[in-house]
Amino acid sequence: MSAPLLQVRGLHAQYGPTRVLHGIDFEVKQGGITTILGANGAGKTTTLRAMCGMVRTEGQIMLAGERIDGKATEEVVRRGVAHVPDGRGTFMHLTVEENLRMGAYTRKDKEQVQADYERMYTYFPRLRERRRQQAGTLSGGEQQMLAVSRALMLRPRLLLLDEPSFGLAPRIVQEIFRIFREINQTEGTSMLLVEQNASLALQLADEAYLLETGRVVISGSAESIRNDEAVRRSYLGY
Amino acid sequence: MDLLIHQVLSGLATGGIYASVALALVMIYQATHLVNFAQGEIAMFATYICWTMLNAGVPYWPAFFLTIVIAFVGGLLIERVIIRPVENSPVLSVVIVFIGLLVIFNSVAGWIYSYTIKPFPSPFPAEPLFGNTYVTSHELGSMAVTLVVLGLVFAFFRFTPLGLAMRAAAQNPASSRLVGVRVGWMLALGWGLAAAIGAVAGMMVAPIVFLEPNMFGGILLYAFAGALLGGIDSPGGAVIGGFLVGVIENVVGVYLGTELKLTVALIIIIGVLVLRPSGLFGKVHVARV
Repeated sequence: MSAPLLQVRGLHAQYGPTRVLHGIDFEVKQGGITTILGANGAGKTTTLRAMCGMVRTEGQIMLAGERIDGKATEEVVRRGVAHVPDGRGTFMHLTVEENLRMGAYTRKDKEQVQADYERMYTYFPRLRERRRQQAGTLSGGEQQMLAVSRALMLRPRLLLLDEPSFGLAPRIVQEIFRIFREINQTEGTSMLLVEQNASLALQLADEAYLLETGRVVISGSAESIRNDEAVRRSYLGY
Repeated sequence: MDLLIHQVLSGLATGGIYASVALALVMIYQATHLVNFAQGEIAMFATYICWTMLNAGVPYWPAFFLTIVIAFVGGLLIERVIIRPVENSPVLSVVIVFIGLLVIFNSVAGWIYSYTIKPFPSPFPAEPLFGNTYVTSHELGSMAVTLVVLGLVFAFFRFTPLGLAMRAAAQNPASSRLVGVRVGWMLALGWGLAAAIGAVAGMMVAPIVFLEPNMFGGILLYAFAGALLGGIDSPGGAVIGGFLVGVIENVVGVYLGTELKLTVALIIIIGVLVLRPSGLFGKVHVARV
């Protein structure tokens, strides 16, 4: 088996004096999808933010064999890590198209970027209709689609997804998750998915970690967790 | 009537200077939400650099463009070396640094060049262009230069990837980092551009107000009034505001007396803050509570 794309060892993270993560280990396989589940305040968002240098951390984060912990956010991004952040991170005063252009900011292959705009507009026709509109005028769901598209415009090796289903109508959630699967299969993009909606995440992912107040309490293949009724009842609540 | 037309036209000429400086103020304001009080002194210092080159025998236009480059690099360095360490400090600390820069540039200029007023040449002919009786060639020429600069700045921000990245970095630094923008450098670039724009304004206004370390005191006030009038978070608004202030200032000077010119700037500042804090073209910020 090939080495994992992302390998995290003994990760601690803190906001000021408050420790949020207490030494967690996990990995994302090359071409795999890993999900991190847990209740509010378990440290899911912090884990994602730690991956791209947005919080102070201790421990080791390896991306394709290279240590990225302690690196500046923009340097991690330049190594092919895209982030759909908590709160969507829309550039409110830029147009939809300019938001997408920002997503491809570090790319040099101009022709393929052009093709990728089209691809995003095919995934989300709503965005095409609104391409010249200020992104701040989009609805919450549309901004979420924009956030996903902006991240995909990087053509990332690793896609960090912070609750991509948040604020979306169920039909669109299904659609977005179908797109994730498609991208994962056709382009081999690895993903680290943080979700409140555990059943949805476990369908997409192949590996899962359960986080409780900053510690991993259960981990294993998504399938085994999905089928473990005790875990499902006590931790995932469905 | 002739007098009014004349005053409006030369108001537009000085208004162009205010518009440039207002634009420089707005560029820094958008990225930092602070008004750079040292903007005028940086422009003044750049004008002295141009004067030094001219005295050394460099022809006007090479000296002009060289000054712009030096001002750009200088602005960039000021941000990297002086502003960056206090970037995340409380607002008041940064404002004090701005004031410190103002005082330093002012006194260093006075120390090197003395406080005596120096004439500064205009690159434009002394006799009026096209035989008109309303505006001098310098007024017309500086208006043209100003418009070219404003047009270039507009095109840069609207049509280039770097301009887009700078706008993005000013609006939303966190998201900009997440798409790989080196936000710190965008800020430095903004300082460089602002200093370069200010340098052009300085070289265009110096033939009118003459060269001396305090030449920008009043201009910065007018530019600030213009920026507020147009909307301090709107580059286009600030430019229009700058032109408006130039015209108002000139017309008031003629009909109410030149003593009241500076008062007008202050009245505009206070009037805008009281009646329409976001300016004519600024965005009205509404916060849900």
